[in-house]
Amino acid sequence: MAGIKKFVVGCFDDEKVLFPAVKNVRKAGYKIHDVYTPFPVHGLDHALGLRETSLHTAGFIYAVTGTTTALSFIGWVFTKDWPQNIGGKPHFALPAWIPITFETTVLFAAVGMVLTFCYLCQLAPFIKKHHFHERATDDLFVMAIECTDKTNDGDLQAFLQNAGAKEVNVQVAETGWWLGRYDREQKLYREEKGY
Amino acid sequence: MSLLKYESQLREPLVDGEKDYHQVTEDIIRPIEMKPSRLWYIGFFISVGLLLFGVYSVYREVTYGIGQWNLNKTIGWGWDITNFVWWVGIGHAGTLISAILLLFRQGWRTGVNRAAEAMTIFAVMCAGQFPIFHMGRVWLAFFTLPYPNSRGSLWPNFNSPLMWDVFAISTYFTVSLLFWYSGLIPDFATVRDRAKTKLRKLLYGIAAFGWTGSTKHWQRHESLSLVLAGLSTPLVLSVHTIVSFDFATSVVPGWHTTIFPPYFVAGAIFSGFAMVQTLMIVVRKVLNLQDYITIGHIEAMNKVIVLTGSIVGCAYLTELFIAWYGGNPYEWYAFKENRANLFSPYGWSYWLMMACNVISPQLFWSSKMRRNITVTFFMSIIVNIGMWFERFVIIVTSTYRDFIPSSWSTYYSPSIWEIGFYLGTFGLFFTCFFLFAKYFPTIAVAEIKAILKTSGENYKRKMTDTEKKDAEKFYLEEVEHAH
Repeated sequence: MAGIKKFVVGCFDDEKVLFPAVKNVRKAGYKIHDVYTPFPVHGLDHALGLRETSLHTAGFIYAVTGTTTALSFIGWVFTKDWPQNIGGKPHFALPAWIPITFETTVLFAAVGMVLTFCYLCQLAPFIKKHHFHERATDDLFVMAIECTDKTNDGDLQAFLQNAGAKEVNVQVAETGWWLGRYDREQKLYREEKGY
Repeated sequence: MSLLKYESQLREPLVDGEKDYHQVTEDIIRPIEMKPSRLWYIGFFISVGLLLFGVYSVYREVTYGIGQWNLNKTIGWGWDITNFVWWVGIGHAGTLISAILLLFRQGWRTGVNRAAEAMTIFAVMCAGQFPIFHMGRVWLAFFTLPYPNSRGSLWPNFNSPLMWDVFAISTYFTVSLLFWYSGLIPDFATVRDRAKTKLRKLLYGIAAFGWTGSTKHWQRHESLSLVLAGLSTPLVLSVHTIVSFDFATSVVPGWHTTIFPPYFVAGAIFSGFAMVQTLMIVVRKVLNLQDYITIGHIEAMNKVIVLTGSIVGCAYLTELFIAWYGGNPYEWYAFKENRANLFSPYGWSYWLMMACNVISPQLFWSSKMRRNITVTFFMSIIVNIGMWFERFVIIVTSTYRDFIPSSWSTYYSPSIWEIGFYLGTFGLFFTCFFLFAKYFPTIAVAEIKAILKTSGENYKRKMTDTEKKDAEKFYLEEVEHAH
């Protein structure tokens, strides 16, 4: 959901501190917007209560599409569109089609999954997002907690510090993505349009 | 990407030295941010020179036709297809490391997978040149694509192994590229976020696709890598199987054998690992990455080399035995006279292949040899020469004497433009690899960080101490906790 929101950000430098902190923050009733990590931390998705991704199911569907496309196309070419008599062998020569069918299956699944992945995660050249901390891709685990009207951010900052955060601050940020370049100061499209 | 929370203390550390997450970033990204060394420039310009020579050789071939090569009436494939099979084979190790070893949860793959995958992509690019230019009228190469055309539509023959090749190689290239790039996105983001210059911020910002490191994105990324690995595993086996079908489905003595698919796949992995060794031994030294590509990594790869080398050796002997046992006089003649007879015109190449691929890798049964860098480097070159000769033996010794003795050709040796084409692909390969080594994170930074606390030397040492003190307590506090 795009929009400008206020966040309390806590940066951790150890995943062993991060896990209990995530648990405590959630227990205290705060809403974690996201945790940004430099590498995949296993179990963090469960700790945050995220559901399993169904990307692999999409992959399966693409694969089946590939299989059907290849088989039906080759079948059509060799039995209907341009049947050839090759040494009196059957037109419907299924075993000889296995290699191409297999390759097409893999190709469809791989390309489809990568495109779906990029779509779901909004990944493309010239896409820009708000980064809560530039070391989130280096060595910090950055937790962003969304503030509501009721949130007392002073309390929350103290809470995060108690939980072991090395660095705590408050940021107002755009949650969605926009078109932009990383060598320029970020500019929200909302501002440009005069919101 | 080790999913294991705990690793046996008996295992060698995969990352040496006192490292924390930031140090890992520093070590791997620093070469990108520094000016290239003089050695890099020398290497790069030699590669570009070779590439230009290759371009000129190809220009002559395209302008004057295949006659520029010394192919003759019975030897239609010669160096060209030898090089094609050789380069495709080289590529296989990259996929093996990145996909099969991921499925087998081999932690050591993280140190070498990025560079090995790059090697795969560049090798497949080189391989693709050969069949394309072998067509002669290269401007008609698009005839291989199944698109509705004004010639019928006349479709390509989907029953032909050469057509299978088109699909196999192009799929292999595409999938490897996607797999490689999806792994690179988080690491490009790391480079982007610590970039000091504007240009670097811009370029790596574009390349990183706006990656933030969000937990949900990582979860999907993990799922994507796993499925792509699962897809690449049968894919890589299928590619060299299909390449071997180019030979095995023919009726030429020496080619018409059912052992070809597994034998080609094992050979591909064998030669690919040798090439990974050649490159890695240089890269770790030049970029100062000995802590990440350790002797342990080199030893692990040498173990694969001795295994696959022995499989290849078994295949050579099986093939020879079956040629005799099968009772087909043509088959037996091809093996006995054209290959195994040292004094036949090409007997030397068969025995050179045997010496390089079967006998010399046996050295690696000794752990001392496996852990010796000089020996490994030397052996990796030997294996690559041997595997090139394997393809040469298969192609040339089976075709230089065909069924009619009157067409038994004169001795085949390549023309300068055939050799130039081959050197040109070396130029292409190394030009790409030099650019990769300079501008890309040569090691998967995020994956190294993910295994650091289970396999890093300092963490392992700490763990051993803790274990000694109180194994029970450690288990309860750390491992249970981490779950």
